[in-house]
Amino acid sequence: MSILAAARSRTARTRRVTRMPTPALWVAAGFLLLLLLSALFPRLFTGADAVRTDIDAALLAPGPGHPFGTDQAGRDVFARVIYGSRYSLAIGFGATLIALLAGLVIGSLAGLMRRVGDGVLSRAIEIVMAFPEFLLALIVIAIIGPGEASLLIAVAIAVIPSYARVARVQTLVVKRAGYVEAARTLGVSPAVTVLRHVVPNTLGPLLVMATMGIGTAITAAAGLSFLGLGPKPPIPEWGLILSEGRNFLATAWWIAVFPGIVITATVVSTSVLGRHLQASAAGRQR
Amino acid sequence: MTAHREGRARRSGRPGARLAGRFGGMILVVWGAATVGFFSLRLIPGDPVNVLVGLGNVSQRVRDQIRADWGLVDPLLLQYFHYLGRLLQGDLGTSYRMQQPVAAVIGQQLAPTMQLMGLAISFAVLLAFGSALLGRGRRTGPVAGLLELVAVSSPTFWIGLVLIGVFGFGLGWFPVVATAGFGALVLPAVTLAIPVAGILSQVLRQGLDDAAALPFVDTVRARGASQTRLVLRHTLRHAAANSVTLTGYIVGSLLGGSVLVETVFARPGLGRVALNAIVNRDVPVVLGIIVLAAVSFSLVNLLVDFVADRLDPRLATEQAYA
Repeated sequence: MSILAAARSRTARTRRVTRMPTPALWVAAGFLLLLLLSALFPRLFTGADAVRTDIDAALLAPGPGHPFGTDQAGRDVFARVIYGSRYSLAIGFGATLIALLAGLVIGSLAGLMRRVGDGVLSRAIEIVMAFPEFLLALIVIAIIGPGEASLLIAVAIAVIPSYARVARVQTLVVKRAGYVEAARTLGVSPAVTVLRHVVPNTLGPLLVMATMGIGTAITAAAGLSFLGLGPKPPIPEWGLILSEGRNFLATAWWIAVFPGIVITATVVSTSVLGRHLQASAAGRQR
Repeated sequence: MTAHREGRARRSGRPGARLAGRFGGMILVVWGAATVGFFSLRLIPGDPVNVLVGLGNVSQRVRDQIRADWGLVDPLLLQYFHYLGRLLQGDLGTSYRMQQPVAAVIGQQLAPTMQLMGLAISFAVLLAFGSALLGRGRRTGPVAGLLELVAVSSPTFWIGLVLIGVFGFGLGWFPVVATAGFGALVLPAVTLAIPVAGILSQVLRQGLDDAAALPFVDTVRARGASQTRLVLRHTLRHAAANSVTLTGYIVGSLLGGSVLVETVFARPGLGRVALNAIVNRDVPVVLGIIVLAAVSFSLVNLLVDFVADRLDPRLATEQAYA
C-alpha cells in the first residue's frame, strides 16, 4: 500500500470515528448501567418472584403486571430476566477478568522471553487457537464437569489464547519503546521496568478487547447453559430460560424471545462501548 | 494470463520448501492438539470403566478385565505412544459408549454437518455481499452497520428459536422438526449463517472503503468505467481478497455453532456427537473431535493461503514469505 493510500484510508477511518453517533454510546452505557443495577438490586425493578411457581398464572401473554409474560410455571419472565442478570454478568465479567489476567501473564512472558521460550509459548497459543472458542469451552466442561463455576472457567480458558496473543504482540512493541530503553539506561531493575513500564503500556488494547469480550463471554455462557451444561433449573440464568422457552415456541413465544433480546442488547452495548474506547485510543495515539 | 502465472511461479522462489514448511506446521498443530487433548482428558475424574459399562453393575474382576482389554492399565506414557501410533495409521480408537470405531461414529455424522455448513457459508456470503454492496450509501451505511452489529451480537441459538417461531410455527413455511430434504435445512443454515454474514459484511464494507481510496480507482475511472463496473470488477476483488483470510475463523465458528444449531433444530450431526460425547465423558470420541477440528483448521488455512496467493499475486513473492 502506498503512503498516499495509507494516509487516505486513515482519513477515511478518522471520518468514521467522528461520525460515530454519541447517542448510541449513551444508550449503550445507560443500558449496561441498568443491567448492573438489576444485578445488584433486582428489587428496584420488579416486585415479582423469579422462582416461585404459580400454576394459575401459567403462560400469560405479556401485558400489564407481566411485561414479558409468564412461563409454564407461572413465573414472571421479566423478573426472571432481572434476577438472571446477576448470573450472566458475574460469568461475563468473571470469565473476562480471568482471561485478561491469564492472557496478560502468558503473553507478556512470551513477549519478554528469548527465542526458545517465546517460540514454545507462541506455538502453544497457536495450537489452542486452532480450536473454535465454543468447542474449546465444551472440552473444558468435559474435563471439569458442568455447573456454574465450570461455565465461568470454561469460557475464560476458551478466550485466554486471544488475549495472550494480543498481549505478546503489544509487549514486543512496547519492549522497543524509547522509555523502556531510558529506564534500562537509568539503571532501573528489569523486574521494575517490566511491571512499571512495559505491562501498563500493553494494557490499553487488552482492555478494549475485554470490554467487547464481556458480551461474547455472556453469549458463550448462555449457549453452554442452553445446552444444559451450566446452572440447573429453576435458577433464572438467561440461557436456561431460553432453553425452557424452546418447548413453548408455538404457544408462548415470549418466554424465549425477551431474554434473547436482552442478551443481544447487552452484547451490542458492550460492542458499542468497546468500539468507542478503541476509537478514542487510536485517536490519542495519532 | 499464462505469462502472468509464469511470472508468479518464477518469483515465488522454492515452492517445494514453502509447501514443506506449511505441511510441517500442519503436522505440528495436529500433533499438539492430539497431545494436549490426550493428557488433559486424563484429568477427567472417575473411572472410564463406569462409562464403558454404563449403568450395569459389574464385579471387580470384570472391571479389571475390561481395564486390561482397553489398555487402561498400561503406564500413561505407553498409552500415549500407542495412541499416537494408531493415530498415524488413521485409527481414532473405539468409542467407550457406542463400542464402535470413533472414525465410523464421526464419519456417519459428517454428511449432515457438512451439508449444514456448506449451505450456511453460501447464505453468509450472499447476505454479506448483498449488505456490503447495498450498505455503502450515506443513508444505507448506518443501517447496514446496525444490522451487522445485531447479527454479530445475537446468540446463535436464539436466532434459531426466533426463526422456528416465526417461519416454522407462525408462517408454516418450513418444517419445525428435522426431516430429510432441503426444506428442513434452510432454517438451520440461515441461523448458522447470520453471525458469520455480520462479520463478513463488516470486513467487506471496510475493504471496499479502503480500496476506494487506492490510486488505481482513478485510473479505472479515467478509462471511463462506470461506478458499478468499478465496484464489481475492481474494488470488490480487493475487499474479497482481504476477507478470505477470515475463512479459518469462519469455519471455526460454524463448527462451534453447529453444536448449538443442531441442538436447537434437533438435527443429527457432528455437533450432537461432540455434545453427547462430552456429556457422557466418552473420551475417545472427544479426542477424535479434537483431532478432526485441528485437521480441518490446518487444511482450511492451507487452502486460504493458496487462494489468497491467487487473488493477490504480491503475496506469493519471496518477500512475503521471507
